[in-house]
Amino acid sequence: MASLRCFLRSGKVFVVPCDICIINSILLLQVTVRDALNQAMDEELERDERVFLLGEEVAQYDGAYKVSRGLWKKYGDKRIIDTPITEMGFAGIAVGAAMAGLRPICEFMTFNFSMQAIDQVINSAAKTYYMSAGLQSVPIVFRGPNGASAGVAAQHSQCFAAWYGHCPGLKVVSPWSAEDARGLLKSAIRDDNPVVFLENELMYGVPFEMSEEVQSKDFLIPIGKAKIERQGTHITLVSHSRMVSLCLDAAAVLAKEGIECEVINMRTIRPLDAEAIETSIMKTNHLVTVEGGWPQFGIGAEILARIMEGPAFNYLDSPAVRVTGVDIPMPYAKILEDNSVPQIKDIIFSIKKTLNV
Amino acid sequence: MRKMLTIISNVLRGSASRNKCDVHKLEEGPPLQAVLTREEGLQYYRTMQTIRRMELKADQLYKQKIIRGFCHLYDGQEACAVGIEAGINLSDHLITAYRAHGYTLTRGGTVREIMAELTGRRGGIAKGKGGSMHMYTKHFYGGNGIVGAQVPLGAGVALACKYLGKNELCVCLYGDGAANQGQIFETYNMASLWKLPCIFICENNKYGMGTSVERAAASTDYYKRGDFIPGLRVDGMDVLCVREATKLAAEHCRSGKGPILMELQTYRYHGHSMSDPGISYRTRDEIQEVRSKSDPISMLKDRMLSNNMASVEELKEIDVEVRKEIEDAAQFATTDPEPPLDDLCNHIFYNDPPMEVRGTNPWTKLKSIS
Repeated sequence: MASLRCFLRSGKVFVVPCDICIINSILLLQVTVRDALNQAMDEELERDERVFLLGEEVAQYDGAYKVSRGLWKKYGDKRIIDTPITEMGFAGIAVGAAMAGLRPICEFMTFNFSMQAIDQVINSAAKTYYMSAGLQSVPIVFRGPNGASAGVAAQHSQCFAAWYGHCPGLKVVSPWSAEDARGLLKSAIRDDNPVVFLENELMYGVPFEMSEEVQSKDFLIPIGKAKIERQGTHITLVSHSRMVSLCLDAAAVLAKEGIECEVINMRTIRPLDAEAIETSIMKTNHLVTVEGGWPQFGIGAEILARIMEGPAFNYLDSPAVRVTGVDIPMPYAKILEDNSVPQIKDIIFSIKKTLNV
Repeated sequence: MRKMLTIISNVLRGSASRNKCDVHKLEEGPPLQAVLTREEGLQYYRTMQTIRRMELKADQLYKQKIIRGFCHLYDGQEACAVGIEAGINLSDHLITAYRAHGYTLTRGGTVREIMAELTGRRGGIAKGKGGSMHMYTKHFYGGNGIVGAQVPLGAGVALACKYLGKNELCVCLYGDGAANQGQIFETYNMASLWKLPCIFICENNKYGMGTSVERAAASTDYYKRGDFIPGLRVDGMDVLCVREATKLAAEHCRSGKGPILMELQTYRYHGHSMSDPGISYRTRDEIQEVRSKSDPISMLKDRMLSNNMASVEELKEIDVEVRKEIEDAAQFATTDPEPPLDDLCNHIFYNDPPMEVRGTNPWTKLKSIS
């Protein structure tokens, strides 16, 4: 006799006979990054009543990008708070609330707007535990879309991974897949320290397979650990956020030519998992980093510097290089915008140059 | 000796230069009469004298180069810190900017820990890692170096008070200089919209560093700058005025009416900080006049003596005790060892496993624990 198990996620309902469940409890769901973020917040709001969300349009509008859809309806005004357009003010209020015992999630509609509030993130949140020698902790998450979108031009397209990644006292996380989004956001919310959570607008609608294990309410991804998304032997590709997709696409193309790329998804910007990168380089002897942000003083620059200074340098057969966004403010016209960010062909080109093929 | 005394309080004082207690969008200001018990009087006297002596000792140590960096002294403004604390409870919350030594004391810190923090020793209230501007105690959130930033933080603390339903409030202090900061107006807006239990307090000591209020603010009626927030302007040199105004403000907040704004008219004897002699933008005469006519400690002393609430000897005895406490604290602050080098990288993250921190070169790996 079969018993029924129902899953209600993203409006999809699956009915599974029990005998299959007993034998083999792998049940894969397609979940978009947006829904993964939404569910993670929903579960954490339910789990801990000190957690609350504030930001522009997060409540009654369901979120500018619909990431917080349904949450206000479920949790009400006390826990899902619409703010006026005053980033410095509401970021400061969020930090103060964290100091006094709550666990706020402060949403920036995009991280471009966080520049208005960056003093609160750095000077009020990141440094306080140190300045107080452990008396005052700040359990807060700053989240929102980061980096380039589509056609939003220069003031709305900057990547802040390097800016926030520069600062001690912050944890900086950059998920790629739905699984990343879910596990890392839950970890960020449960973390007792300030976490900058960099999402990507272009990834919100992308579906990923999510195993049952990942769907469990206590599924957490540890902050500070990278993941190898694809094993390879010839070259190491290191990337974060949307660029991981492009690396995997480039790897698929190159596999047909017999070049096997190892693709590392950083998952966390700070603390950086240098060990994972070093271990990979010791196997492949080549490194290319790929990021959407600008080259100067960027994520790739840091990775390359660390590799130079560390044990993996002696394993490199050619200089490590970076693939980055073009060093210009983001233009508007589609043809210009497309040529301002790394494309698959740029990654393939750099890999072949590095491998001298 | 009289144990209790009813005192006619603030509104009009002898000196014509002092302003009345003005109100903005409030039906009435604090009561014209206040009760001061002998006990209270002696306690306020002692605390104000302690702050005064502590700040003067800090001045000395700074000139001897035992304290370094920034040092913003509070002498002259003692009635503000003491009066505010008298109007709230220790279970309430308070945040201010960098002129914070007085508040660190009234919020529960000891003179020893404060002075040892100024001298950067391991016995300091922040183990030597914060310094003058970054001192914290329970329900006291510093000590903040970026002026203006503390105001939204304080409103956030107030939001937590309301959220957790504990009938506590938060006092958010800022100076006349910071009063023009945009984020303060952002905070007024949200605190009002959400009826947060905060008392915004502007300590107007007439100068933002070297700039007088007339040169910095198009409107120097700081108690009105909250616009839709009710406000009152109070003589900040009179500890009773400050106390009564604070009580009124606290009552307003606790009754769920939302935020309220207080302007305390006060004065600092020292310059902006120890690197400012404080006489290039104001005259010695002005400083001297405030000292002789409006010194908060003298005013309280005269009141108590003329009303037979204490004797000259008694107050002298308190002075002697305070001096001794300061001397002992200074002794501790100059002899306690500096923090150990292996504390350098600690306290980056809370509740985390130990981690490695890069030193100044790639071969130096330092340890960081929570």
